[in-house]
Amino acid sequence: MSRPRLVLSTPRPAPPVGHVARNPGMPLDLDTVLNVRVNRSAAERRASTIGTRRTVKKQWQAAWLLRAISCIDLTTLSGDDTPGNVRRLCAKARRPIRADLVDALGVQRLDITVGAVCVYHELVSTAVDALKGTRIPVAAVSTGFPAGLSPLPQRIEEIHASVAAGAKEIDIVITRAHVLTGNWAALYDEVKGFREACGDAHLKAILATGELATLTNVARASVVAMQAGADFIKTSTGKEAANATLPYALVMARMIREYHERTGFAVGFKPAGGIRSAKHALEYLILMKEELGDRWLRADLFRFGASTLLTDIERQLEMFVTGRYAAAHRHPMP
Amino acid sequence: MATATVADIFETMAYGPAPESDAEARAWLARHDSRFGHFINGAWTVPGTLFDVHDPSTGGVLARCTQGTHADVDAAVAAARAAFPAWSKLDGHARAKHLYALAREVQKHARLLAVLETLDNGKSVRETRDLDIPLVARHFYHHAGWAQLFESEFAGHEPVGVVGQVIPWNFPLLMLAWKVAPALAAGNTVVLKPAEFTPISALCFAELARLAGLPPGVLNVITGDGDTGKSIVAHSDVDKIAFTGSTEVGRIIRKATAGSGKKLSLELGGKSPFIVYEDADLDAVVEGVVDAIWFNQGQVCCAGSRLLVQEGIAERLVSKLRARMESLRVGKPLDKTVDIGAIVAPVQLARIRELCDVGVKEGATMWQPSWAMPADGWFHPPTLFTDVQPASTIAQVEIFGPVMVTMTFRTPEESVALANNTIYGLAATLWTENINLALDIAPKLKAGVVWINATNLFDAAAGFGGYRESGFGREGGREGMWEYVVPSWTRASGRSAVVAPAAPTSPVAPADAAFAIGADDDAFAINRTPKLFIGGKQARPDATYSRAIFAPDGTPLGEVGEGNRKDIRNAVEAAHAAAKSWSKSTGHARAQILYYLAENLSARRSEFASRLAALTGSPKRAGTKEVDACIKRLFTYAAWADKYDGAVHNVPIRGVALAMHEPIGVIGVACPDTHPLLGFISCVAPAIAMGNTVIAVPSEASPLAATDFYQVLETSDVPAGVINIVTGAKDALAKVLADHDDVEAIWYFGHPDGVKAVEAASAANMKRTFCDAKLRDWSSAEQGEGREFLRAAVQVKNVWIPYGE
Repeated sequence: MSRPRLVLSTPRPAPPVGHVARNPGMPLDLDTVLNVRVNRSAAERRASTIGTRRTVKKQWQAAWLLRAISCIDLTTLSGDDTPGNVRRLCAKARRPIRADLVDALGVQRLDITVGAVCVYHELVSTAVDALKGTRIPVAAVSTGFPAGLSPLPQRIEEIHASVAAGAKEIDIVITRAHVLTGNWAALYDEVKGFREACGDAHLKAILATGELATLTNVARASVVAMQAGADFIKTSTGKEAANATLPYALVMARMIREYHERTGFAVGFKPAGGIRSAKHALEYLILMKEELGDRWLRADLFRFGASTLLTDIERQLEMFVTGRYAAAHRHPMP
Repeated sequence: MATATVADIFETMAYGPAPESDAEARAWLARHDSRFGHFINGAWTVPGTLFDVHDPSTGGVLARCTQGTHADVDAAVAAARAAFPAWSKLDGHARAKHLYALAREVQKHARLLAVLETLDNGKSVRETRDLDIPLVARHFYHHAGWAQLFESEFAGHEPVGVVGQVIPWNFPLLMLAWKVAPALAAGNTVVLKPAEFTPISALCFAELARLAGLPPGVLNVITGDGDTGKSIVAHSDVDKIAFTGSTEVGRIIRKATAGSGKKLSLELGGKSPFIVYEDADLDAVVEGVVDAIWFNQGQVCCAGSRLLVQEGIAERLVSKLRARMESLRVGKPLDKTVDIGAIVAPVQLARIRELCDVGVKEGATMWQPSWAMPADGWFHPPTLFTDVQPASTIAQVEIFGPVMVTMTFRTPEESVALANNTIYGLAATLWTENINLALDIAPKLKAGVVWINATNLFDAAAGFGGYRESGFGREGGREGMWEYVVPSWTRASGRSAVVAPAAPTSPVAPADAAFAIGADDDAFAINRTPKLFIGGKQARPDATYSRAIFAPDGTPLGEVGEGNRKDIRNAVEAAHAAAKSWSKSTGHARAQILYYLAENLSARRSEFASRLAALTGSPKRAGTKEVDACIKRLFTYAAWADKYDGAVHNVPIRGVALAMHEPIGVIGVACPDTHPLLGFISCVAPAIAMGNTVIAVPSEASPLAATDFYQVLETSDVPAGVINIVTGAKDALAKVLADHDDVEAIWYFGHPDGVKAVEAASAANMKRTFCDAKLRDWSSAEQGEGREFLRAAVQVKNVWIPYGE
């Protein structure tokens, strides 16, 4: 048996150095979509060892937690949101850490803020006003969030309205039925339409992973969303029964890697829902570093969708500074 | 790095050090003054001649342990012997409480044991903390259960006695657990020798066992090198040897114990295939490779070390692997962020480097990641070879380091051919999302463990052990417990059972008197020529010599062909040709043939009864009785053919572990000297019922019933080559079978000298042996049939199938 030599002809594209070129999308490539294979047990096994193979301690942990803060989409998505609580949230977004802790950590010059503030459309203009003078973008959940089942023209119009109100990022939801029925073309057209409506605003495609039944569906929906031009793919609305999990994150990160290898375009990732502890946040950062590399540890390619995570991180940072276990009430609430 | 500020790290997002403290472990060593004697009869001996034990991550001396002498081994065996009566007579529940206590102690001191293991072995503390020690505790829990259930689940069986156990350095405490837990559960007492590189955790465990109230002498730990091991293996008062280590040493032990009556289980080397089909989840495969060959520095006997990739995806997979290798971390094993720790000893490191050099010299492409290795200590980078051919040294030889070799295949059939192209057969891994392909391939792989879409999964409930030269016997599960028991009847007359006498021999020459003719035969019968029976045909012996066969009173009864080496060779070829389809035939089909054999034997009952009466010098009613026993036995194995089921083990994954009973292959059978036909049937029937093919050497003195029987075979739809009969000098022919590298098992019933010769010769290819010098009563169901024979006729393959979509 004579065997050909293995020649590696396709080196991986390098990740973007500075500015991330927007993913323009590509024509729907169904072969790629359908060739996706995800072995659930293997994915879960890998996910379960993410946090046991790696850890960060001491100043490394503090630095990583600061990085986590810089990647938070500080979020409020409640029926009882008012301008008042959104302004409070924005104030926290500007100064996420107590000034004395910033000094003690020696990170004044980093000017750490959260990655974005994420609200419903009605509160976009309030947030934009409250964040004037900062680089913090406002993200709006859109397109009939969270179920995404309102009429398509209205969903498109919703995007236009939020962009007009000053939202720089639009978190859209997909029609889960397209995934569950394997109607990939419909999903592609939907996301592509949303992307066009966004214009210069960045599109984050919420897959609602907890409602997609299988990891293979999550992977395929990720691929279609990226082919349709998503800037970010995001796990959950926070309203599904199952939120972000490490196996979902693993599968989506691997699809991002695959897409980057094939097209050269870097798409961001946003786990959302249920990420409440600093330890949990570190696991996501480790997962990104391990599966996608350091470039995906910055806010232009990685976000946490979270509302209470910040408080736990503040407590851990205070613990690092003082050596004492910290209490939440000692930190300004969002 | 230590001076990196928070602001710096915020930019680099580097990992920092995350050391596990070794303070408690060092304190434990210091309490022993870092000098250890043996642990014999529940107490420490005074340290004797000491040898250094090293920390592989620094090369520094960790502790000093005592080189075990003959006298030390004597003392330990004597302590175990003295403890045996009381321990083995404890009821199962009492032993269960002891094993439960051991499990609890391991859990209570889990971190101490994990850190000691890491210091001693060099493996990462993540692995000792998350894998080794939890599996140790799990093993004792599981076997506490077998102790509890012993009387009911192993009825009719007893512990073997004093067990000598010699374990390796790659999973020091886990291998201790795999050996000690089943031994104690069954009621044996133990003399254990940990590897000289890594004796510390076993010593700590001995101390915990004393704390837990294990009676003195039940577990004895002796440290030392191969000489100490040799003393244990050779000790006359040891009843069983259990060994895990290299095939080379396993062979030596097989030879050393040949004919001693010691029970033996060997878990040896491997060069396990890791097969990737084109529809696999390649990202999952990449992590699988990490878990296969970069787990425990690749120092894993069952490590998937031959990466067999379907050609169309090979380039993509190798590219992904190389990228993954860049993010692996080699470093101080106590650092919790390290994937790969230190190699156990300089001699091992040198061996790995040497084999990598050979690989490069032979034209393979070696790839290692770009990052720097730790400067001190004994480390080796993860290594991936491509452009490897089956003929490459590194594709054949066990490297026992973090080195993967890659080959490609075109078709599933070729993947199986490549996978099985090895002397070993410990484990195999296969990756595909196609259940039809997975379940088609798994039975075709010559391996005791098959992992589907996962690798290196271990659990106390599932058996672990090899095919071929990876050894025999299983550890874990019910199948593992059999290694530590013997049938009670063998002990009925004390430890020295009645031994078979030397077989009567007869000259290879014509008899000097006329053949006797049976009373109910015609006055003048036609001269008969019993031949050999090979490949479904009556065959003249290669060398045309004949052997006269006599009745016990000296009356000549006839002549049989004198088989020789070439006849055996031909028979083995025929048996292999037949095995291809016979091994895949259904139990139902095999049962039909066994029933048909019984039917056709029954039709010639009177003729066979006369023949047996003449051969044994008994009245015809005795012959009739033996024929009836044969018919009954054929029915017994026809019944078993579709009922000797495997098991679905309850392992802690979402999935199943199928323990499949597979035929061993080609079995050479040297039949007992008594019971000319029943002895033959009792061996051949279970073997073929389970899907093996056989070469049977009938009773040397009384082969004529077996040669008559081939006419029954010919009329009973037995496929050609399934049963082959070679008459002649039993011990000489058995030796040829034992020496044959393409015979997978040998059964020998007869004189101790024959047992010894067969067992010693079987070491060459690590045949499974089922040899017995005890005089069996073949007419008794207890001694002549049943599960003991069925177990010898199969090997257990555990197929792990995680599932979930």
